[in-house]
Order: sequence, then C-alpha cells, then structure tokens
Amino acid sequence: MFSYIVRRILYAVPIVVGVNCLTAALFFYVNTPDDMARKILGEKNVTPAAIENWKAGHGYNLPAFVNAKESGLGTLTQTVFFQKSAPLLWLDFGRSDRNNIDIGGEIKTRMWPSLAISVPIFIAGLASELFVAMMLARWRGTLLDLWGLVASVVMMSVSALFYIIGGQYVLGKYLMLFPISGYDAGVHSIKFLVLPVVIGVISGVGSGVRFYRTVFLEEMGKDYIRTARAKGLGEGRVLFKHGLKNAMIPVLTNVVVSIPFLFYGSLIMETFFSVPGLGNFTIDAIQSQDFAIVRSMVYLGSILYIVGLILTDISYTLVDPRVRLE
Amino acid sequence: MPVILATDLIVYALALSAAWFAVKTRRDGNVRAAWLELRRRRLAMISLALIALYAAVALADSIRYRDAAQGGGYSAEALSLLDRAASGLRTRAEKTYSAPFSGRLFSKESVELPDGRVVRDYPALKYPGAHWLGTDKVGGDILFASLKGVRTGIVIGAGATIVVIPFAIFFGVVAGYFGGVIDDVVQYVYTTLASIPGVLLIVAFMLLFGGRGYQGGLISEKDVALAFFVPNDRLFWLCVILGITSWTDLCRLIRAETLKLRELEYVQSARTFGAGGLRIIYRHIVPNLMHLVLITFVIQFSGLVLAESVLSYIGIGVGPEMGSWGNMINTARLELSREPVVWWNLLAAFIFMFGLVLPANIFGDAVRDALDPRLRGR
Repeated sequence: MFSYIVRRILYAVPIVVGVNCLTAALFFYVNTPDDMARKILGEKNVTPAAIENWKAGHGYNLPAFVNAKESGLGTLTQTVFFQKSAPLLWLDFGRSDRNNIDIGGEIKTRMWPSLAISVPIFIAGLASELFVAMMLARWRGTLLDLWGLVASVVMMSVSALFYIIGGQYVLGKYLMLFPISGYDAGVHSIKFLVLPVVIGVISGVGSGVRFYRTVFLEEMGKDYIRTARAKGLGEGRVLFKHGLKNAMIPVLTNVVVSIPFLFYGSLIMETFFSVPGLGNFTIDAIQSQDFAIVRSMVYLGSILYIVGLILTDISYTLVDPRVRLE
Repeated sequence: MPVILATDLIVYALALSAAWFAVKTRRDGNVRAAWLELRRRRLAMISLALIALYAAVALADSIRYRDAAQGGGYSAEALSLLDRAASGLRTRAEKTYSAPFSGRLFSKESVELPDGRVVRDYPALKYPGAHWLGTDKVGGDILFASLKGVRTGIVIGAGATIVVIPFAIFFGVVAGYFGGVIDDVVQYVYTTLASIPGVLLIVAFMLLFGGRGYQGGLISEKDVALAFFVPNDRLFWLCVILGITSWTDLCRLIRAETLKLRELEYVQSARTFGAGGLRIIYRHIVPNLMHLVLITFVIQFSGLVLAESVLSYIGIGVGPEMGSWGNMINTARLELSREPVVWWNLLAAFIFMFGLVLPANIFGDAVRDALDPRLRGR
C-alpha cells in the first residue's frame, strides 16, 4: 500500500511539471512581462523606464527561457520561467503582481470560508442525491420514478445562475428568510451560510440523481441482488444493504476526486454571496488581471486534482476487498 | 458583399454535417437502424424539432452581407438574414425599459397633455404592442436580443466540440492503434490537460487571446481585413478553449475503443490481406468510432450552452456587445435589485436557454440509448 502510494506520487511528478510548463508558457510566452507591466501600470502614459522598473521589482527582468549571459546551469535557472515556476513545485507561491501580497498566506486564510461553504454543500448534496436516487430505484418503473426522472432532467437543464439569482430573490429578498449575501467569522457565519448551501444543493441535485439512479439500476439487475431477493429479504434491505455497498465504486469514482477541491470553493457561489474564499480571490484576480495569482491558482487546482485521483484509487481498496494496490 | 466570421464556418459545418447525416441515413443500413430506433421515441423527435428550429435561427443569423452603398462601395454594417427578417424588432427602439405587452414606458417622465399641462406620468410607447417580451435599459427589444443569443448558444454548444473532433480522433486513434511511445506521449498530454481545472484554463486562455479581433456588435470596416473573411473573433477563441478542455474525454474514449477494435477479427483479416496501417485506420477503425463521436457531441452540447452563461458572468465569455443569454442574465442581476423589479430580461433569457438545453438533454439521452448497443432495448 505504502509503496503504491509512493509510486503514484512519483507518476504524478511529470504531470505536475507538465502543468507548470504549460501555465508558464501561457503566461510568459504569449503574454510577455512587458504586456503585464503595461496592463498593471496603465496602458497610456507609461515610460519604458517605468516598465523596466516594475519588471525589476517583480522579478520579471530576466530573459524568458534561456539566459545567454550566464554559464552552465545558470543559462536555464536565471530565467523568468525557472524563477517563477520552479518555486511552485515546492508550493512557494510568491507575491502577487498588483498589491504585492503574499499569495501563500492569503490561500491559508481564505481556505476556511471556502471550506465553510463547500463542505456542507458537498455532504448535504451527496446525501440527498443518493437518497432520492435510491428511492427512484426502489420504485423503478412507477409514476414516482418517471416524474422523478423528468424533474431531474428539467432541473439539470437550468443554469446554476438562475438558481442563485432566483434563490437570492425569493428566499432572501422576497421572503426575507436569510441575508442575501455576506460572511462573518465563527458561529455567526451560519445565518449567512444557509442560503448558499440550500441553493448549492438544489442546483446540483438534478444531474446527481440521474447519474446515481443509473448506477443503482445497473446494480439491481445483477445476480447477487436476485440471490438476496430469493433469500426473502425485503426490497428496502436489498437496496440499502446490498445494492448501496456494491454501487460504491462508481459513486466513489464520481465523488472522491472532488474532495480536495472543497478547499477551492466555488467561483460563482462565492462571488454572488460575497464569501471571502479562494473562489472569490480567483475572480478578483481575473478581473484585475493579476497573473501571478491566477497562475498560482491554476497550479494549486491541478495539484488538488491529482491528489483527488490518488485518493480515488486508495478509496477503492476501502470499499472493495478485491482491489489490491500493488 | 458577404462577410463571414470564423464562427459562421462552425454553423455552416454544423448544417453540412446535419445534411450529410440525412443522406447517410438513406444509404447506410446501420445509421438507418439507429435512426428508426430514434424515430420511435416521440419525445426525442419533438426535442429534435425544437433544436432544429434553434439551429435554423442560428443559420439565418450566420449568413450576412453588406449592401451596396449609393456612392459605390458597400455599407459599413453587415446585416444577417435574421437582422433583415426581424428589422421591425431591431429598429423600433423605445427610450428605456418597458414591460412585456405594455403600452407605456416603465419609468415616469414629464408628459405634455393635449391641453398643454405637464404632468409626471408613464409616457406612451412609440410602438405599443411591438415588444412582446418588453424592452431593455436603452429601449432595445428583448425578443430580438434573445434571438441574437440563439446563434451564440448554438455556436458554443456545437462549435467547441466540432473544433476539436479531428484532433481527438487523430490522437486517440494513433495512440490506440500504434501504442508504444506514441501512446505514452498522447496519454501524458491529455492527462496533463485534464488535470488543469477547466474553468481556470479557460480564464488563462481568454485573458490572453480574448481581447483580439472582433468582439461582437456591428461588424465594422476594420474587422473585415481579408476581403470578406473575419478570422479573429472572440466567440471563436471561446469555442477553441472550451474544446481544448473537453476533448480529453473524447480522446480517452476513442483510444480505448481503438485498442479494442484493433484486436477484432475483421481488422485482423484486413491485415492478413496486406492492408496497410493507414488504410485499416481509415476504412475499418474510424467509421466504427463515429457513434462515440456523435454521442459525445450531443451529450456535451447542453453543458457547453450552460457554461457560456457562467463564463459571461465571470467576464471571460463572449464580448459584452455580442448578443448572448449569459450577458442578458448578467444585466438582469442589477435590474432585479431595482425597485420596482425589472424581471423580463431574466425571464426571456431563462425561457430561451431552457428551450434549447432541455431538448438537448432529452435528445442526447435518446441518441446515446439508440447508438450504444449495450443500452439498446432496455
């Protein structure tokens, strides 16, 4: 098991390096530091000296990929590409382009509001999707199943934006049940969190129910289910005890990969509800065109995805004793 | 004088492939069987008819030309067939907001009565009854704005996949058929791309490329650089990047299927007859992958249409000048906080979007059931 995990992490190294090279190429080659300086300093009335000054201050004054002035390894390491992308490999995110804030520190503080909103959505969403899907599978072929399926297809055809805007309007502004947006630390955050969590669960439930229903129906056609029924077990027991356990592999494939992303929060939810999390941080960076932050967030997202894939493989061993990771 | 945008080519490609499928249905027995299977589902056929209606609007909005001007040369603006057909809606602008079917403006102004007195009242519209879905802040017709959004929706939904299908087929087949180092490289490339969170890759790409070329709105003289072809178009870049983020799934599917097909008897027998690698790929493998391509295309369609609205909200979607449902939702957000509420912009975007995405979801499911033999007859 341990050697498997080590090997998986080693496999991930070239991918991490690849992601790093790709983002660096996108940000430094296509959009040169001169362009960035001009965007930050303002398009007009900017002198070449001011651009050079900005580049020197932010460490962009080296050649992009190859430094001919240095010798040996220095030709490769004394470049913008290496100086800006290599520290990311050991999670040193550096400072932002615009306000010179410490990106790593910012990530550490903003991660908590993100988690406060994404973890409840994740747990409540998964539980309700699985429950409804199992109810539909339990009464498959009936009117309940038909209308449940119709409802989930209709619900997944509506853009998340409508759920957010509609929910804010109806529950927040019209019925005045919750504050429309905002955030507070500690226990007081609860009243701000209810609305986004409710909306988050509702907007994901359509596609989730439809997917898990197919998973359960697939299981219900298998031999071991017939055996369980032949033993005289009730349909509910067959479904919850036997079906659910065996459906865990496709469920985990779908779910575990997204767990690391809970740190990341949701880009749209956080801006709509003014939650000061990482999603909001990213959107702000996009809108102010702070490439150092965007690049760090792209990189962080990729790392979380790769961690998610490794966790998925490990989780298979927990639910299925036949899976051996060697 | 015709003017063609890069994204118009996508719409033309979509129309051509639809026609090609129609011909193929008559000739090819397998496609015909799948079509007959599909025809039996009434809901799927209704959905197809609705999608076709949207596609027709998009096509009409993609054929555009400049009129000859009086003093020689051409008029500056290139109007599409849709602009011309709906010129009543396009040109009959009011002063500001008006509710659907309303005969009056939405805000009070000083109105001069026939007897000369001036009172604060809701002034009558210039064209009462003309605006079925109301008007927006500058008095533009909402129905027309929604219709202009149709092309954007169709282009995003179809274009993102169309743009990358050739690459996905090429790399998937090559990796699956030849294996070895080629397979390793292709797998490495798509795993790397897939591990970058889609939305962030889109953000990075659009920040870098999105600002170039035609941004939507009227097509001016400077956009038309190469005689009549406008190669740079923000919507096109959006299709490219959405395609890049979504091709990895298709490529993985195709690679796995090619691995399977390569070992089947008919490919083996073709090989013993001395057929070369390229010939086997072209004649025996690619045709048997097309159902996967089609399924992926229809399944991804609705998700991409929904993605457009979210991206436009973040500010990295189509340009603010271009008609799109995402932009309508974005403006509607502020209108909802007005008092009294301006709700019709949001409602129109909702209806038009829902009317495309729901049929696309239903039709996508039906196509998958009809083409994937493992699910057939269930």
